[in-house]
Amino acid sequence: MATHTEKLALSHKQRSGLWDWLTTVDHKKIGIMYFVAGLFFFIVAGLEAILIRIQLMFPEFDFVSAQTFNELVTMHGTTMLFLAAMPIFFGLMNAIVPLQIGARDVAFPFLNSLGFWLFLFGGILLNLSWFLGGAPDAGWTAYAPLSTEYSASHGLDFYALGLQISGFGTLMAGINFLVTIINMRAPGMSFMRMPMFTWTTFVTSALILFAFPPLTIGFFLLMFDRLFGSNFFVADAGGNVIIWEHIFWIFGHPEVYILILPAFGILSEVIPTFAKKRLFGYSAMVFATALIAFLGFMVWAHHMFTTGLGPIANSIFSVATMTIAIPTGVKIFNWLFTMWGGQIRFPTANLFAVAFIPSFLIGGMTGVMLSVAPADYQYHDTYFVVAHFHYVILGGSVFGIFAGIYFWWPRMFNKMLNETLGKWHFWLFFIGYHLTFFPMHFLGLMGMPRRVFTFLEGQQLELGNFISSIGSYLMGLGTIVFAINIVVSMAKKEVAAYDPWDGRTIDWAIPIPTPSYNFAQLPLVKGLDAFWIEKMNGNKTMTPAEPLDDIHMPNGSILPVIMALLLSVAALGFIYDSLFFAIGGLAAFFFCMILRSVIDDHGYYIKKEELAPVVDKGGKA
Amino acid sequence: MSAHQSSTLPQHPEKATLEGRNKFLGLWFFLAGETALFATLFGVYLGLRNSNAGGPTAQELFSLPLVFVMTIILLVSSMTSVLAIMAMRRKDMKGLLRWFIVTVILGLAFLGLEIYEFIEYTHEGHQFTKSAFASAFYTLLGTHGAHVAFGCGWITTLVIRNFNRPLDTYIAPKFYLASLYWHFIDVVWIFIFSLVYLLGVIG
Repeated sequence: MATHTEKLALSHKQRSGLWDWLTTVDHKKIGIMYFVAGLFFFIVAGLEAILIRIQLMFPEFDFVSAQTFNELVTMHGTTMLFLAAMPIFFGLMNAIVPLQIGARDVAFPFLNSLGFWLFLFGGILLNLSWFLGGAPDAGWTAYAPLSTEYSASHGLDFYALGLQISGFGTLMAGINFLVTIINMRAPGMSFMRMPMFTWTTFVTSALILFAFPPLTIGFFLLMFDRLFGSNFFVADAGGNVIIWEHIFWIFGHPEVYILILPAFGILSEVIPTFAKKRLFGYSAMVFATALIAFLGFMVWAHHMFTTGLGPIANSIFSVATMTIAIPTGVKIFNWLFTMWGGQIRFPTANLFAVAFIPSFLIGGMTGVMLSVAPADYQYHDTYFVVAHFHYVILGGSVFGIFAGIYFWWPRMFNKMLNETLGKWHFWLFFIGYHLTFFPMHFLGLMGMPRRVFTFLEGQQLELGNFISSIGSYLMGLGTIVFAINIVVSMAKKEVAAYDPWDGRTIDWAIPIPTPSYNFAQLPLVKGLDAFWIEKMNGNKTMTPAEPLDDIHMPNGSILPVIMALLLSVAALGFIYDSLFFAIGGLAAFFFCMILRSVIDDHGYYIKKEELAPVVDKGGKA
Repeated sequence: MSAHQSSTLPQHPEKATLEGRNKFLGLWFFLAGETALFATLFGVYLGLRNSNAGGPTAQELFSLPLVFVMTIILLVSSMTSVLAIMAMRRKDMKGLLRWFIVTVILGLAFLGLEIYEFIEYTHEGHQFTKSAFASAFYTLLGTHGAHVAFGCGWITTLVIRNFNRPLDTYIAPKFYLASLYWHFIDVVWIFIFSLVYLLGVIG
């Protein structure tokens, strides 16, 4: 292959500007794109939430119509889960995990790019429904027959096909991370030396691998029923709507762990760094993560206690659900013990991380309350449930996301975020969050059902709803401060210092900005918190595990964008009954797959002479 | 066929490079996901298999002789793909191509019989929109059939593209992955044969 090498090195051209972003297969750039797209959808879904709260601010308020309210509720939940929280996590995973394990890229750079573009086009397709006759309106769970017979607009078609396309992307990302983490760890990085964020990424990816294919089938069944006249959920023709509930929650419950485990991982990086102590009970944390994931597949029917599965099934799922509190409790205590006796600093990243603990704890406790099947007959479909899942997803995932953003911002964007603005962001968001969701517990217990577009006067629901709305505006303000913070940081010329937080894992041992090949020489990992070990031994950077040599790099490609676009065209063809676009789009998509297969792609080499000299900037510890 | 290149090939050319090992592991994970996908379809089918809503029942429809022939064809095609990989182990590119071509032909024969079977069922009043049983049946078997068709297209592409090329560590993983995938759809058929046809005939 030596002759190949010569030819390949020459074939590589530097791409620039937009073309570079469209064709890149660099995990750092894909991470940034996931992140930016995720933030965009976060803001869209956040605005939808604020519209919901305006409507519910006063009894019998007439701000939006009932139909629009249904669409807002559906799209808020769907967008937040599929298009905001997961992509932002994927952004952080892409940007950080290869650096944390000492890899030069992910296992499948092309697939990584394809996964991103499928997610983005799927998300855009779903949101196009706003402009094409109405968004989906059957709730994010899209229960049949509400989502089949009783939904007249094309909204649910966009839901099924948009999320289908973005789901393919998610599945690809999951497989990619699994293989990357198993096959591409640096010398010395055994499984039990991996940073916790890498561990949670690994376990999350396994959840994706087994949770998304059932959803794929669910969406197909929904699509077939709506578009092709099949009878899966048509009771008259022998169909069974409960099947949808089962399929949806077999995916849906693991999905909430897909959303929370990465946040657990972020906390397990942020808290030790700012307590200046190693993570308490690392191996217990690893096993707790795996156990939560395992149990996460065993509890889906706790969303269906009132469906009528019978006392035996309800009892089993009830007990299984309660057991999840044990590994989760292990995690909570381990974070507390990590902080115990540490030299704690409170930059914004750590504020969010520490605020996570009590907030998520409340959500966890209401979760145990909900797991009691007889009691759930009271809570089911009330605002108590809304309060519960916002406490775990907002107080958990989103706080974790913000902790991760402030922590890894210098790694991803080479600049620091402003700490003063960060603290304003934190306090506005933190107070707003509790104001919004704490009263909902009581609204729920007083009997206010979820997903209603208004409520009546004189039922003592006014005050709680009013406070809740005010709280949501505070969160909106906090998010505006965060946006300002991003702009301010982007405008700054000053590049972040090397190792700004006195980090422990090897992602901090790389110069800022990160070179395209990550590590000029792969690092030798001597233990858990490998960078910290080096600093304790008086070294300023990692010990290399290999001599300086040419580095093999993957080629960029425009095919992923085209393939995602073609699939979206095919989806529109199916929705609007145009066989030409449906079949044509699919055929062109498969033709692109053939192109990818028949065109040899050996990548290229960066000559060792081109590598930037390893700059010795000096660690702090 | 470059003799030089072939003689320096390692025993397992499909896993000789990091890229090959990544693809190998990645495909296994993909098949794990596919298992969950087909498991869901089987679950749906088993839940709805008696909901024929006045249409023909499984017992009235299924004819085991045809299904038996289809099963044998698919099993043999799995074996021929093994022979192709054994040829790869011997660094025999011609043998590899020959056996994969046989595999594709058998796959196409299977698909032809499946299409014939579906058309027959349609004539007997068992259409996709007839009942929940019919919808579940066609979705499960159709998904499997689509996988067979995709596999035929995949292997054909590989055979045409690499017809006059020597075996090396770049193309070996491609063929190996295709054979792995082919085995998987064969395994799925075993479950279809038992859970759809045998169970259907028993009632």
